Amino acid sequence: MSRTLQAPVTVAFDYTRSTGPVVGRFLSGLRDGVVVGARTSTGQVVVPPLEFDPVTHEATTEFVEVSSVGTVTSWTWVPEPVKGQPFDRPFAFALVTLDGADVPFLHALDVSSPAEVTTGMRVRVRWAAERVGHINDIACFEPLAPGEAAATAPAASSSEPVTGVVTEVSLDYDYAASPEESLFYRGLNEGRIMGQRCPTCQKVYVPPRSACPSDGTPTAEEVELSQTGTITTFCIVNVPFLGQKITPPYVSAYVLLDGADIAVLHLILGVPADEVRMGMRVRAVWKPEEEWAYSLENIDHFAPTGEPDADYDTYKHHL
Amino acid sequence: MGKQPAAIIGVGQTHHRAKREDVSMAGLCREAIDRALLDANLTLDDIDAIVVGKAPDLFEGVMMPELFLAEALGAAGKPLLRVHTAGSVGGSTAIVASSLVQAGVHKRVLTVAYEKQSESNAMWALSVPLPFNMPVHAGAGGYFAPHVRSYIRRSQAPTHVGAIVAAKDRNNALKNPYAHLHNEGTTVESVLASQMLWDPIRYDETCPSSDGACALVIVDEDTARSSPNPAWIHGTVMRSEATTAAERDQVNPQAGRDAAAALWKQAGITSPIDEIDAAEIYVPFSWFEPMWLENLGFAAEGDGWKLTEAGETAMTGRIPVNCSGGVLSSNPIGASGMLRFGEAALQVRGAAGEHQVDGARKALGHAYGGGSQFFAMWVVGADKPEN
Repeated sequence: MSRTLQAPVTVAFDYTRSTGPVVGRFLSGLRDGVVVGARTSTGQVVVPPLEFDPVTHEATTEFVEVSSVGTVTSWTWVPEPVKGQPFDRPFAFALVTLDGADVPFLHALDVSSPAEVTTGMRVRVRWAAERVGHINDIACFEPLAPGEAAATAPAASSSEPVTGVVTEVSLDYDYAASPEESLFYRGLNEGRIMGQRCPTCQKVYVPPRSACPSDGTPTAEEVELSQTGTITTFCIVNVPFLGQKITPPYVSAYVLLDGADIAVLHLILGVPADEVRMGMRVRAVWKPEEEWAYSLENIDHFAPTGEPDADYDTYKHHL
Repeated sequence: MGKQPAAIIGVGQTHHRAKREDVSMAGLCREAIDRALLDANLTLDDIDAIVVGKAPDLFEGVMMPELFLAEALGAAGKPLLRVHTAGSVGGSTAIVASSLVQAGVHKRVLTVAYEKQSESNAMWALSVPLPFNMPVHAGAGGYFAPHVRSYIRRSQAPTHVGAIVAAKDRNNALKNPYAHLHNEGTTVESVLASQMLWDPIRYDETCPSSDGACALVIVDEDTARSSPNPAWIHGTVMRSEATTAAERDQVNPQAGRDAAAALWKQAGITSPIDEIDAAEIYVPFSWFEPMWLENLGFAAEGDGWKLTEAGETAMTGRIPVNCSGGVLSSNPIGASGMLRFGEAALQVRGAAGEHQVDGARKALGHAYGGGSQFFAMWVVGADKPEN
């Protein structure tokens, strides 16, 4: 058995970028099938245009249409493409200086082997069939045989200026619990709540940390905690939000388990939300055993025990 | 050799809005920067170094702002640093910038902090479910609401004190043309009637989501002589503490108390409430005004709400708090701390416009972040410090 528990986690969000007038002008051009650069204060034509001049720092205003044909100035081979790259087969990334521009810009070059790429080779833009005002409106560059001309772009679907792009970001992690947390989650899979005691300050942490947050001492002594505890403080969540797993309204509460020195955050059910109180005594209510996993979600919620409320003095140092 | 004197001679900010879809992040930063430079009567060519701060990466999906913003921030050929301390970042960024001048490394430093909340979703970013864990997190409001409840219990404060803060700050914002919210007619009653979001926090007691930026020009003594009204830095402090530790005081965090004590000592202040003329305190949820009044030492523990209830934190009170409208009226998270620092500077420069506190000579700028575990604060004054 592995010492630690791991699980995949994906963090993904579609960010909505405002392009501003300069990048927006470039992307509007791509949507219309033309490549737009801008002239800097030193007279250079830069593609894509810079929002602000690197010398005078002024906002860019002089736009220049350049050719969709250009010359490879440098390149690298991508033998094993990864997710999100322009092709799922081997390809080249190339720096291409378009005719009419003074500096190169980076895009994919569609060739089947590195033997087909040379610095100085002529290439042209291959336009995407559907263009929306995005860098991927240029599907890629492709070799330009002698005598061939620029590719023509199919007609654009819109003529409105581009003001934004959606940037889909998705990160895949392997979430690794520490050995001490793994002990905690394995305990939950057996219906037990495990903590650890700090040998220096004697505080019992649940879930256990690898080291005491207060004095840095590694924790080792395992402590099984009671299934009952006291609500120290709480919040009634009435607000819905993206990614929410529990339907509001619900009570999110800090529960100080008997024998622990730090509260855990959990859900309170079995009592109307407006009757939940600081000091209320609660007990863990587990899901059916066949649904258990290595998770704090094995405890479905905490519910009132019916005991009298704990005295404020017994938990006031845990607020 | 001790610290070199340093002063703020330029303050710039954007008009904060829910959505600034007309500008990119670079354009947003430049609006603030250009205003700060104009205020300082300097250009980007006069600047020695740039320090940038912004909200946590997931909030905007931007992991290296310094990389893609370098030329827009005028950093070509100059040192460019990025600072990252969650919600307190705007304050920490200003402190890092000021330390470059105080250390004698640079003479004229530009600092900028920003956030474009419209491009993302902070509530989502703060509530991403993790494997093995219970998905009960509910954004910043969900995190801080239990601690607000603890404060109310501990201090025995009347439950309408939060609404007093919200009504005050929203009315102060009417005097600040840059503020995001200009909600005319906000009263304690209207705040109390607004929807309960994260009980005990109501809708009108929470900050908005804003797009915005703030920039400061911080300079050495020689350069400051050219300014008619420099805001001199009298003290800067940052402190951190563990997010979760047994018996950690989440209502009155140790790091905040320690930072404040060190700050008052540095600035030669023995009675903050008597010596500070205006305070810009990071209050994203209304109840944090009385909580931080205690944490900062303006009131004894348990007494912060009494200052608020008595009107002492209003513009005409003993300790005017958030005359700009504060975080409750504009919240571009990455910039919110720097806005507090910049508004403090505007007060002692006599440049706060309609929300100016008459005759302000010393002001506090304050920011906190994470789970109340990062604190950044400064005292600025109209007079050059003697020490």
